[in-house]
Amino acid sequence: MSLHVDAGQPTRAPMPPSRKRPQPRPGRSFLTWLDLKAAPYLLVSPYYLLFLAFGLFPLAFTLYFSFFDYDLAGTVEWTGLGNYVAMLDDSAFWKAVVNTLAMFVLATVPQILLALLLANALNKRFKFQLFVRLGVLLPLVTSVVAVAVVFTQLYGRDWGLINWILGWFGADPIDWKAQRLPSWIAIATMVDWRWTGYNAIIFLAGMQTIPKDLYEAASIDGASRRRQFWQITVPMLRPTMIFVVLNSTIGGLTLFAEPTTFYNGNVHGGTDSQFQTVSMFIFEQGFREFDYGYASAAAWMLFLLILIGSAINFLLIRRIGGNK
Amino acid sequence: MSTISAPAGTRRRRANAPGGAGTLWTATPMTRIVLAVTLVISAFPLYYMIVIASRTNTEATDMPPPFLPGGKLGENIQRVLSNPDAHYLTGLTNSLVIAATVTASVVIISTFAGFAFARLNFKGGKILLLLVLLTMMVPLQQMGIVPLYRLMVNLEWVGSIKAVILPYLLNGFGVFLMTQYTQQAVPNELIEAARVDGASTLRIWWNVVLPAVRPGMAVLGINTFMLTWNDFIWPLLVLTPDNPTVQVAINSLNAKYGTDYVLIFSGTLMSILPLVVVFIAFGRQIIGGLMEGAVKA
Repeated sequence: MSLHVDAGQPTRAPMPPSRKRPQPRPGRSFLTWLDLKAAPYLLVSPYYLLFLAFGLFPLAFTLYFSFFDYDLAGTVEWTGLGNYVAMLDDSAFWKAVVNTLAMFVLATVPQILLALLLANALNKRFKFQLFVRLGVLLPLVTSVVAVAVVFTQLYGRDWGLINWILGWFGADPIDWKAQRLPSWIAIATMVDWRWTGYNAIIFLAGMQTIPKDLYEAASIDGASRRRQFWQITVPMLRPTMIFVVLNSTIGGLTLFAEPTTFYNGNVHGGTDSQFQTVSMFIFEQGFREFDYGYASAAAWMLFLLILIGSAINFLLIRRIGGNK
Repeated sequence: MSTISAPAGTRRRRANAPGGAGTLWTATPMTRIVLAVTLVISAFPLYYMIVIASRTNTEATDMPPPFLPGGKLGENIQRVLSNPDAHYLTGLTNSLVIAATVTASVVIISTFAGFAFARLNFKGGKILLLLVLLTMMVPLQQMGIVPLYRLMVNLEWVGSIKAVILPYLLNGFGVFLMTQYTQQAVPNELIEAARVDGASTLRIWWNVVLPAVRPGMAVLGINTFMLTWNDFIWPLLVLTPDNPTVQVAINSLNAKYGTDYVLIFSGTLMSILPLVVVFIAFGRQIIGGLMEGAVKA
């Protein structure tokens, strides 16, 4: 689950006996030698064959296609960086980028804060612990499509529960799908509903590894609970935080199913693409407009976006950790 | 603790349990309120799904909306199953076949590779493992979608569930997880002992590694099953509406009968039932696996 190789395992270091080959019986020595040398490669080969076919091949060809005008009819024409240049000038692409980033921020910031608070609550002693943890994880089991179907109904303009509740406070019904900000908020809540509990469980795991004497020492020094939380718990959670944030970054920037289902399965993202994400843009360019070259270039732009987003978030979290 | 949960976690929790040092604080009323509200929010959309799925469309669009289940669930499910555009039963069967095949293959492939990376010394092993970690960072679903689709067109696999299954078999997370797990669960000494007895590598895998890493395989299996069952973008692209997965079938309902809420909700409700069953049956392991993986950072 984590992104680091566990280098701390002492057993990983080659031990003297492992260097000594067992004394083989005569006649079997070649077979034994072959087994020792070849078996590891045999064991990893299924994964790497799949990797070649469904990982490396598509990545390389996406790059290759992105330099061509390539359409459904099979016309293939070299354009060099033409697709990328056109994209920098394409307001539909930039709109998708802004939508994606806005929904990412609207979803991720509250999600991380809520998950921290929830994890803190889960880290206390109470009855029915397993039941509560399962309840918190329940949304994760629900498919994205199912989540989006329910929330789309809840956010309905005329018969939606949320407008009905807002009506108690005298608010006029909001047409959640029609405008940018409301649609972003609606989609961000779908993402948060599904992932906050998951992240809380991950944070909880991190919290349980924090040495308890840190808190005892802080209590003796008279630090309040709140202060302990922000000065001890949060900085000590840095590795877990990096994992959660990078995960959310990749997931958030590749958002597809929620906004698509929100517009009844259409990748255009609303009448005026007000909630079309970059993933939906790629899908639309590739498989609705059949402009394969352009879609491929957009895929690489998305990758660039993820790299930049991950780098920024990584640096941010490092600073949070440095505040101790 | 059942024997199936992950070993390190068991040890940690046991060590902490006496004297109550594992958790410093008892829950305050505020904590209890936070947890209760969270549980209500977690469960409400699912409950609401049952409410709408068991009503009529007139009731579903009432103001105020209904809050208690009605008696039309059977009838609505019947309508979903017999709907000519959704091919719902085909979708359910396809999803089951796809998820089961992918899960079994990913678990076996990952257990093989995890054993090699964790316990066998071979040239290039470190670099190959690093490659796995790097590819976990790349969103292949978006990055490779055009060439993969062209590949399926050229193979004439579009519309067949083969086209969905094969790309899913590539699962870097699985290799990573099983490498971690094998390091933890299979001591080097066991393997050395088997070698001295003259066992071949494959035999060691079968007799020594496999029994020890079964809990890790369970966690990976559940995880893979859920992800595969829920995936949407790739099946939407390579399958046709008459041979869908269950998610694609719901999408067809959603696209064609956008205002027939009870129909869509009934279809959605049935699509999450298999997962809820898996979740309840293996909940303890799912949480154990999640929390184990998280603290490896």
